[in-house]
Amino acid sequence: MKPFKVLSPTAILGYGFPEASFLKGMEEKPDLIAVDAGSTDPGPYYLGSGKSFTDRVGVKRDLRYMITYGIKNKIPVVIGSAGGSGARPHVEWCRQIIEEIALEEKLSFRMGIAYADIEKSVVIKAIDAGQVTPLDDLPMPTPEEVNSCPYVVAQMGIEPIQALLTEGVDVVLAGRAYDPVCFSALPIMKGYDVALATHMGKIIECAAIAATPGSGADAVLGILYEDYFVLKALNPIRKFTELSAAAHSLYEKSDPYHLPGPGGTLDLSNVTFTELATGEVEVRGTTITPTNPYRIKLEGSSPVGFRTISIAGTHDPIMIASLDNILTEVKARVDDLLSKENVEARVYFHVYGKHGVMGDLEKGNYPDPHEAGILIEVLAPTQEAADTVCSITRSTLLHYGYEGRIATAGNLAFPFSPSDIRMGQCFQFTLYHLMDAPDPSAPFNREIVTIGGAI
Amino acid sequence: MKNLREIARVIRSKNSSPMKLTLDIIFKDRPTFEEVKKKNLISKAVIAKAYQLPESQIEKVIYFDPALAVKIGMNRLTRSGSPGDTDVYGAQQHAPLLGIELDV
Repeated sequence: MKPFKVLSPTAILGYGFPEASFLKGMEEKPDLIAVDAGSTDPGPYYLGSGKSFTDRVGVKRDLRYMITYGIKNKIPVVIGSAGGSGARPHVEWCRQIIEEIALEEKLSFRMGIAYADIEKSVVIKAIDAGQVTPLDDLPMPTPEEVNSCPYVVAQMGIEPIQALLTEGVDVVLAGRAYDPVCFSALPIMKGYDVALATHMGKIIECAAIAATPGSGADAVLGILYEDYFVLKALNPIRKFTELSAAAHSLYEKSDPYHLPGPGGTLDLSNVTFTELATGEVEVRGTTITPTNPYRIKLEGSSPVGFRTISIAGTHDPIMIASLDNILTEVKARVDDLLSKENVEARVYFHVYGKHGVMGDLEKGNYPDPHEAGILIEVLAPTQEAADTVCSITRSTLLHYGYEGRIATAGNLAFPFSPSDIRMGQCFQFTLYHLMDAPDPSAPFNREIVTIGGAI
Repeated sequence: MKNLREIARVIRSKNSSPMKLTLDIIFKDRPTFEEVKKKNLISKAVIAKAYQLPESQIEKVIYFDPALAVKIGMNRLTRSGSPGDTDVYGAQQHAPLLGIELDV
């Protein structure tokens, strides 16, 4: 079996990569250029709002290299989890960028699109039929909660991408996808080992993060052979080592030996990482245990209200010494004011310098800081109500006559005018559940389009 | 007794899902890792004590030989990015580990 080379330019589409690293990758004559564009790391807002968490200019810059070099050299390009969260508006956003690039670079090609949106009625029916399993103790959502999610997606496996590649498209633009599959779908289709291809995808989807020194913004090459794969850095300042590659198996995962994905769980129990003389690392021994039935991971964010915040600080040691009590008293006073006005809201204080970073997980016993930052967070059913409660909380705290107060002009230093900031709609993860999908392709609608005019 | 900071080269936290935190401790050398593993010096009880949480909140402790590492799974108090959350990525919840002293 001839080696199958996959070029991974960057850890997240839009994070960038040095041109020299990408061109060095092109000299290797890769069989595939692929990138993962997504993550749930930045929280529930981006899926709920239909917006990308990466910047348009950055995404266009990265895609210009990938698409132009891919099309001109007849190398397939696969993009997974388009637009970050991979719902329809994210995919459309990415498609527009690709169309602009085609126009500007005078390219024309066939592009397959795989959408990851799942009909809410399908999800509700599956919950009723006992075909949905919660992950990590999340409660089972009610039909109302499912319906309140603006978008529901599922992480696709290799199958929908392979269905498009079989049609001979030049580019695949996929909605939400399991991270490794944009790297593994094509080699698996060509007969390479499923476990090794998936494991290689799992590592190179993070590009040079698994090299040392690590970077999420530099290109690497994964080379797949019949019974092993090789990781190769493309920037001379980096290399893969046994430890850097092995340590990456830990990153963001709950169990480094068992990595569950659509259709199966990778087993790393017998994996060996061996450094080669060339500064590359050879990986062997990965196995995969298929899951029956095939399951896909659903993701959905539902709106929980509107947020307004205010940022301030204090340098007063008397106030800082009893800050937690003062904030409790202020909250009580605000609650009292609101109870008569029929305004419903939740108020949170994030106190930087005390427990702003760890919140209720903070149990340490530390001396008082000389300054403290106070972030007032208000959540309410409407933006106007959030504004009102934030304003009342801010002004109450500003002039609150706490015990022992001697600085009577105002308790807070505001860095900005205006002091209050509208944060817009706020979301929470509601769906993070597995759904049975006996046919792994069926839930994912697909179309093939011509980009940049007639071919 | 040695502080974990002296014998580990990486001590970090991160979300492993919107509901879970994962803590990684990667040791500097294999003999120290093997000793920690053999004596089971990093356990649910040790982590629970460092965070002053009931042991039931610590989901798992896994020794990962290829990377000289111990991985710990624990619950988040708030779903990532939900109202009142303090750390959307979960990347700054590692500090209690920095105070752990081990008999190596």
